[in-house]
Amino acid sequence: MATQHSRSAARLMMSPAVFLLLVWMLVPLIMTLWFSTLDYRPMRGTFDCCEGLGNYTRFVTSSAFLDSVVATLQLVGGVLVITVVGGILLAILLDQPIWGQGVVRILVIAPFFVMPTVSALVWKNMFMNPVNGLFAHLFKGLGLQPVDWLSQYPMFSIILIVSWQWLPFATLILLTAIQSLDSEQLEAAEMDGAGPLSRFGHITLPHLARSITVVVLIQTIFLLSIFAEIYVTTSGAFGTRTLTYLVYQRVIESQNVGLGSAGGIIAVILANIVALVLMRVVGKNLDA
Amino acid sequence: MARAVTTQRKIVFTAIAWIIGLAIFFPILWTILTSFKTEATAISDPPVFFNFDWTLENYAIVQERSDYMRYLWNSVVLAVGSTFFGIIIAVPAAWSMAFVPGKRTKDVLMWMLSTKMLPAVGVLYPIRLILIEMNILDSKGALIFILMMINLPIIIWMLYTYFREIPGEILEAARMDGATLKDEILYVLTPMAIPGIASTVLLNIILAWNEAFWTLTLTTVDAAPLTAFIASYSSPEGLFYAKLSAASTMAIAPILILGWFSQKQLVRGLTFGAVK
Repeated sequence: MATQHSRSAARLMMSPAVFLLLVWMLVPLIMTLWFSTLDYRPMRGTFDCCEGLGNYTRFVTSSAFLDSVVATLQLVGGVLVITVVGGILLAILLDQPIWGQGVVRILVIAPFFVMPTVSALVWKNMFMNPVNGLFAHLFKGLGLQPVDWLSQYPMFSIILIVSWQWLPFATLILLTAIQSLDSEQLEAAEMDGAGPLSRFGHITLPHLARSITVVVLIQTIFLLSIFAEIYVTTSGAFGTRTLTYLVYQRVIESQNVGLGSAGGIIAVILANIVALVLMRVVGKNLDA
Repeated sequence: MARAVTTQRKIVFTAIAWIIGLAIFFPILWTILTSFKTEATAISDPPVFFNFDWTLENYAIVQERSDYMRYLWNSVVLAVGSTFFGIIIAVPAAWSMAFVPGKRTKDVLMWMLSTKMLPAVGVLYPIRLILIEMNILDSKGALIFILMMINLPIIIWMLYTYFREIPGEILEAARMDGATLKDEILYVLTPMAIPGIASTVLLNIILAWNEAFWTLTLTTVDAAPLTAFIASYSSPEGLFYAKLSAASTMAIAPILILGWFSQKQLVRGLTFGAVK
């Protein structure tokens, strides 16, 4: 149907977006790649060629790298478990006939719209502060010793804050998926004597599998680059320095651009592995 | 009997759902309540919920001391600006891919999505360096461009999924009636595309408003939006709960309201059309 004329018009209409994205992706990436092979420390005025893979070996063999990988896995894994399990339960709950469903839905979704710096600061000061925080008041009220959450359980606290922000996302997507489930199938299973647990395991969960995959992958992409929440709570102290934060510290705070760039490239490679899987899942949708 | 059980069930589920809903919403509610307290009431133990002397002084003080309006204005300029230019670039691209798909269309879409997966920190230094060399670090123009670029793949994808839902038969009918390409775009496609474009704009404003990596690392004073303004409260001397709450409430209120309107678009936009 499309003529030669409309094809070239289409190409013309696409070109600004393609060109901009190409430049946006390639120019900084090539610069980072280049810097990663240099001894580049602006504060000391070094910009010396040919470290080869030296920065990479130095970055990977430093104990900070291994710690940052562990911290990243803890953060991403912890948040994923909480948001996916919580999201499934909440989605099932919100799918039940209840009064004021619309309002409850709004209440549950709200945290997603709170900007990261606000949620981190509100949790840090008004809830987790060991003297004036609400948790401290609560603990004292129960006769317990108040806890300094962000220094005693720093990673757990950050996981809690980030989960609070992302639970709405998981819930919303899983709720959308659950609502597309054929209720007749569930009723038939119930008539055949299947209990709630086996109905969930054999019908609901398989139906949700694809959406759960999508939630896991998209959240992983966003969680890998969590920044503001760490920046305003612990600034990377107490074992909360993720790979993203470590690279940030290397290039901006300690101005070791060569080393940090090598770290940046490693972060890019790791993220791309996740991305490849995600693209497969999303790509399938294009054929459907 | 069956009916009674159902009603009972409904009461139980309603109670559980409301308790959980309110618990999840509580930090936001608490922030809003605290913003109307005095600093002394804000940290009182046991905490007070509603029976305190409501005051607006925190809002006045925040505005007076920290020039809140300037940050608010920057947030508005960055969110609206990046969305506006993003839409201008994305509409033609999504349009052509949806209505004149070629062999490569799928690959192009996938590639665009892949640019979104690039961890920002991997390209932070080069971008900073380019901005410094061009003398536009901490300028609104540069931030508008960057926010536009990071959200462009999402905008294109969202528009693409909306445009694809417009039935092709309508276009063919219009062509049979002798409509030119221009007529087709202006009178047939545009009216049908407007709801999709509106949803995309809404979601993109929310994403740009809350973006907190580039805005924290590339702004200091002139272009700093509300994300950076709030982060400045993390320093110890800024530890005043009531004022922090007032500032936070003002920073999130506009987007909470917009967000509630965009629940459904959120799912589609953030899953790149994989879940509708």
